Amino acid sequence: MEKAGIVGVGQTKYERKKDDTFAELVFEACTGALTDAGVGIEDIDNVITVSNDFWDGRTISSMAIQDAAGSYNKDVSTVEGDGVFGAMYGMMRTLSGSFDTTLVVAHVKGSEGNMNLITNAMFDPIYQRKLGIDATSSAALQARSYMEKTGATEEDFARVSVKNQGNGVNNPYAQIREKISVDDVMKSRKISEPLKLFDCSPITDGAAAIVISNEKGMKRFKKDPVWILGAAHFSDSYTLGYRDLTNSRALEAAAKKAYDMAGITNPLMELDVIELADAYSYMELLWYEGLGLTPKGKGADLIRSGATAMDGELPVNPSGGLLCAHPVLVAGLARIIEATLQIRGEAGDRQVKGANKALAHGINGPCGQAHGVFVLGS
Amino acid sequence: MGKRVAVVGFGQTKGRSSRKDVNGVEIINEAVVAALADAELTIDDIDAIVIGNMDHFEGINYVDSWSVEGSGGVMKPIFKVTTGGTTGTTVAMCAYYHAASGMFDRVLAIGWEKNSESDTTGAIITAFDPVWERPNLGGAIAGLALEASKYMDNYEVTERDGARVAVRERLHALNNPYAHLHQEWMKGMEVDQLVELLVTSEQNQVLAYPLRMSDMCPRSDGAAAVIFASEDVAEKIAPIPAWMVATANRHNFALAGDVDMDRNTTMASASKAAFEKAGIKEPLKEIDVCELYLPYSYAGLKWMEDLGFCGYGEGPKLLWDGVTDMDGELPVNPSGGVMSSNAIGATGLIRVGEAAIQIMGKAGTRQVPKDVNFALATGFGGCYWADVMLLGKKKPA
Amino acid sequence: MENNAQKKDEQELLTVSSGEMFQPYDWSVGKFGSKFLHELKENKKLFGSKCPKCGRVFIPPRKVCGQCYVAMDEFVPVSDEGEVYVCAIIQFGFVDPETGKQRPVPYGYAFIKLDGADTCLTHFVDSVDPEKFKVGARVRAVFEEKRKGSLMDIKHFELVD
Repeated sequence: MEKAGIVGVGQTKYERKKDDTFAELVFEACTGALTDAGVGIEDIDNVITVSNDFWDGRTISSMAIQDAAGSYNKDVSTVEGDGVFGAMYGMMRTLSGSFDTTLVVAHVKGSEGNMNLITNAMFDPIYQRKLGIDATSSAALQARSYMEKTGATEEDFARVSVKNQGNGVNNPYAQIREKISVDDVMKSRKISEPLKLFDCSPITDGAAAIVISNEKGMKRFKKDPVWILGAAHFSDSYTLGYRDLTNSRALEAAAKKAYDMAGITNPLMELDVIELADAYSYMELLWYEGLGLTPKGKGADLIRSGATAMDGELPVNPSGGLLCAHPVLVAGLARIIEATLQIRGEAGDRQVKGANKALAHGINGPCGQAHGVFVLGS
Repeated sequence: MGKRVAVVGFGQTKGRSSRKDVNGVEIINEAVVAALADAELTIDDIDAIVIGNMDHFEGINYVDSWSVEGSGGVMKPIFKVTTGGTTGTTVAMCAYYHAASGMFDRVLAIGWEKNSESDTTGAIITAFDPVWERPNLGGAIAGLALEASKYMDNYEVTERDGARVAVRERLHALNNPYAHLHQEWMKGMEVDQLVELLVTSEQNQVLAYPLRMSDMCPRSDGAAAVIFASEDVAEKIAPIPAWMVATANRHNFALAGDVDMDRNTTMASASKAAFEKAGIKEPLKEIDVCELYLPYSYAGLKWMEDLGFCGYGEGPKLLWDGVTDMDGELPVNPSGGVMSSNAIGATGLIRVGEAAIQIMGKAGTRQVPKDVNFALATGFGGCYWADVMLLGKKKPA
Repeated sequence: MENNAQKKDEQELLTVSSGEMFQPYDWSVGKFGSKFLHELKENKKLFGSKCPKCGRVFIPPRKVCGQCYVAMDEFVPVSDEGEVYVCAIIQFGFVDPETGKQRPVPYGYAFIKLDGADTCLTHFVDSVDPEKFKVGARVRAVFEEKRKGSLMDIKHFELVD
């Protein structure tokens, strides 16, 4: 397979409510990525946009942003799912030989719709939706199952929030930049037992864009690329009752494939930094296991050990992760951007020293049904 | 360089106005099972899946997640792409790029819709800008009526010309067991007689001048699945694979009021780009059959001009000369096209599948009576957006 | 019951309604849209945005000229009169998703190129007379008395003789 790399990144600041339109957010992210890449729109061969009709409140949500995404008279398509899948498609298009460069852009305005209703709509309309289930209440089921199975405690979940919110303080793009303690998490408002306010990611507005290039296209760019060493995605089954919610086998499969491509055999040792989708605190522990950082059922041990803290062996979510800003769909691209900045050594106060190999992760569907994984390196 | 890719299997459900006997997941599964059977593969052989539809027609968010038990996506790579009416061709292109990237050998593309589950015009209106255009929009029919009346005005085209397209599509549909509309009463009648009937019958209600009921596509429930394979496996799966020769698309507009209504500029630009890649200089001579996303009759006139099959204003002559009939030089829509079956998210993918089976020689009663070296499939939707895919019998260089 | 017994193996096919399911949204219109709606509501004036590169004037105003891929920052006044670019008389009834009610038919619908703009505003035209309401016809905006800051503060356009 040919190689592809990331040559430009751009993102808006993530906020609870932005007054910009979808198009304005997309334009800001795209021009940011182009400026970072040191090229103009004429150097972009094709465009992938990422949006969702329910979140945007319109059918064909990509229509609103065609001007702003710079797709005029170019090939363009739209992924409806997390940004990590948009990046996956953008990469495929550069590897196909049809295009040398792809601009991938995702946007969301969580502030404009109703999260509970929008995520309720991902459940079966006949048998599940009428029970009022949504992203958070289904996550609570998963968190509870995980506790039952592994002995992880609410305090363990709280440790994830404490770590990530602590990291977020150093990220100027983050929405929440406030240090908290385990006690703060435990005392925060109950949302859906066992999840409390500080276990849940916030509602966020924002956009993010990246430029991907194949080897042939690299001569258009001045900066060294961050190479995509491995990339894979898998989906588990849908119905919550069919799926073992405590075993993220789809992530395991995706990580294994991406590691194989990247020649990684011991991720805990070989990766320098991870940016993963911690939509809810407990998820980080589950994803540790799926990513093969720790044996099954031992996610809590890893957070307790401090290995994933900023000064640990493998810092996870130096950006603060989704717990500090959760622009749905955009999140996966934001993880890729953070991983890219880390490898470039451009992550400012949140920089992990000497980061060479990074993993970025995104999820789709209820309780992390589908996972996408990128392994990036200098 | 990436891999060369071919279509090796195609399955579709018969279009119906309502399929209450199945839910969305089940209708998806019908198409997938049919495509796998066609390619003589099992779901285990599939390396990745791409699916698409339009969320608000069924009110399901994250359809790729919701449908895995029907699509076969459990523990497989799968994601969703969607772009409105062009969704089906968008799905096909995405599956193509999956295989062309060298990352996956056998990729399943799925498009589906159960238009019976919501009000189609209402759902289409919500595709447009909620602040600037939704309050006064009249759905797809109104938008297309605007285009048709402008075209008639520009080139002195008549209602008879539009009706002649409708007659062609519905007559062709009679040969297609999967078409939703089978207007058996048309059998055995002369074309002129049918045209006359369509433009004079009071039963053929005017929806928005010049468009009557017969000028529009139906709303259907249906699903389609197409299997794409990389050059490493394609010839082992299909005796005659349908190779992807070139693809291009243009989604230039964000607001309906920005659209050039004189010409279909996106169709012109996308087809020009695809033909250039393929080295096609004289589309009418070099392309053997078309499966075009013609959502209404007048598109079968004007867009033929934008695709470069004839000069501006010459669409009606091409049509009346019989060039686009089954036994003509360039048969258009042997399947009966969109005007005979329109499960929106599946529609574009059905064009690609139908174009492929013409090359593979598997089109049965709707196989065109000539050698097929190049087959053209198009998609249309969104804000006058266009997708173009050219398939060929010869393995590309 | 008899009916059911008869069709023991043939259960009637059912559907489940979503009921009064409603998803509310609050869409931002940004700086450009806000200016347009404010001027429309307060002053019955229409504004577009002008591209600094190609000079085209867009209505409704927005930030990005897609073809030039540059940001616009100039608001320019656009006339409330213009020409019908394309038009249709809608005769089929359907449920308007904006109101949930059947939209009354027939009605006139057009893309209107306002004097001073390069793109069209889509709107209703108060005429269903195909002899008068046609491509090239001159039209003028009719404003609502009580305006709320929405596109529908323009009630419709009327033909100008």
